[in-house]
Amino acid sequence: MRNVRLIARLDVKAPNLVKGIQFEGLRKLGDPNDFALRYYREGVDEIYYEDIVASLYERNSLLDIIEKTTRDIFVPVTIGGGLRSVDDVAAALRAGADKVAINTAAIKNPGIISDVARRFGSQCMVLSIQAKSQGDSWESYFDNGREHSGVDAVEWAERGQSLGAGEILLTSVDQEGTGKGFDLSLLKAVSDRVDIPVIASGGMGCSQDLANAVKVGGADAVAMAHVLHYGICSLPELREACRLEEIPVRHSMHVDSERAA
Amino acid sequence: MKSVTVIDYGTVNLGNIVRGLERVGACVRASMDSDEVRQADRLVLPGVGAFAAGMAELSSRSLDHAVIEAAQAGTPLLGICLGMQMLLDHSEENGSHRGLGILAGNVKVIPREGVDGSKRRKVPHIGWNALQYPPNRSHWQDSCLAGIQHGEFCYFVHSYMAVPENPNHILAQCNYEGLAVTAAIGRDNITGLQFHPERSGPHGLKILKRFINH
Repeated sequence: MRNVRLIARLDVKAPNLVKGIQFEGLRKLGDPNDFALRYYREGVDEIYYEDIVASLYERNSLLDIIEKTTRDIFVPVTIGGGLRSVDDVAAALRAGADKVAINTAAIKNPGIISDVARRFGSQCMVLSIQAKSQGDSWESYFDNGREHSGVDAVEWAERGQSLGAGEILLTSVDQEGTGKGFDLSLLKAVSDRVDIPVIASGGMGCSQDLANAVKVGGADAVAMAHVLHYGICSLPELREACRLEEIPVRHSMHVDSERAA
Repeated sequence: MKSVTVIDYGTVNLGNIVRGLERVGACVRASMDSDEVRQADRLVLPGVGAFAAGMAELSSRSLDHAVIEAAQAGTPLLGICLGMQMLLDHSEENGSHRGLGILAGNVKVIPREGVDGSKRRKVPHIGWNALQYPPNRSHWQDSCLAGIQHGEFCYFVHSYMAVPENPNHILAQCNYEGLAVTAAIGRDNITGLQFHPERSGPHGLKILKRFINH
């Protein structure tokens, strides 16, 4: 089995870290850099920043935040939200991101997936899918779960892979921010269909949800926000929980980066 | 201060490797000038993306010959990810492409099939994996990995893997779903890392620190 990645998801409305429920009712939580640094020191595997207002180039935008964060954080950083072109992706990578997650622009122009993969490599191109349940299927949404596309989420994942996406970030719009667990049928439907890694996102409330996402849903990685931001679980606790569930993860490392380096 | 030249061949974002090297005390210069590469105290060859594109960018700037000459002259050289794969003779990524040939060996695709033929191994290999001694090694004291524990985790993202001709040139490997994947290669002044030390937390920084201080 692969080592499951624990990813901290930071939704940013610059300059603040925010968190909502089903992408609505946002609360300000503080400086995203403080949270990112804490998670790094607790041994997070990756950090995912999402600019929820897609204001990439405004003053004090997410790109400025990333530039500052990546001076102190030496794990992979992904950025999403508002990336519309290959040039936007280049700007994100220059600011210090390792990968980009694209949703809206890919739905409007699927060719951007291939363009980004060709220019920067598939490993850099994460297809972000916001899926909302429609009975026995799921529809892809965009603009933070506000607009629907008419595109079937599972088929979209498969097409994204064939266009060159290296990973799928799969967020359940229904579960997002509820803490009631991931949409496991959605996860399973997508991870059964694609060969590339699938990141579960939206709904994590406790360590059991993480175990279910991996064991039932087939997730390769788990993105979590409010369980970390509100201190419901710490990363060392989650690693311990994974070990008890026999889910392989990176060894726990409490990090004092200055000393260890 | 230890000075390091990071080879800039236009295809990659150099920010994070530069920040990583600076964090461990290096004076870093990014350069696409072949003379500067020849004269560098230490060289880092970074890289993400496709093998053929990387080689084409290197040769269009005459950096390929400069790197080979510097390596022959004994300059400490660290290749990372694609930069490591390009140290070898040849890659089968999207066809058949010649590498720098600094270390004998080839770059092959990571097979999706497991040993039992049925298992589906995900490619690319993305994520943290533990560094292990290859069969003929029991320590890393003579390499950039000195001070790293057997079983330490580093961050990988790749679809192709290095297969050096001489097994003694494999410094470390990792187990990716039953497959031994080369994680680090080297001899004398040459080191190649498949994983990203600049994305592998404090232990990755430790490897960079060792590189700039030896």
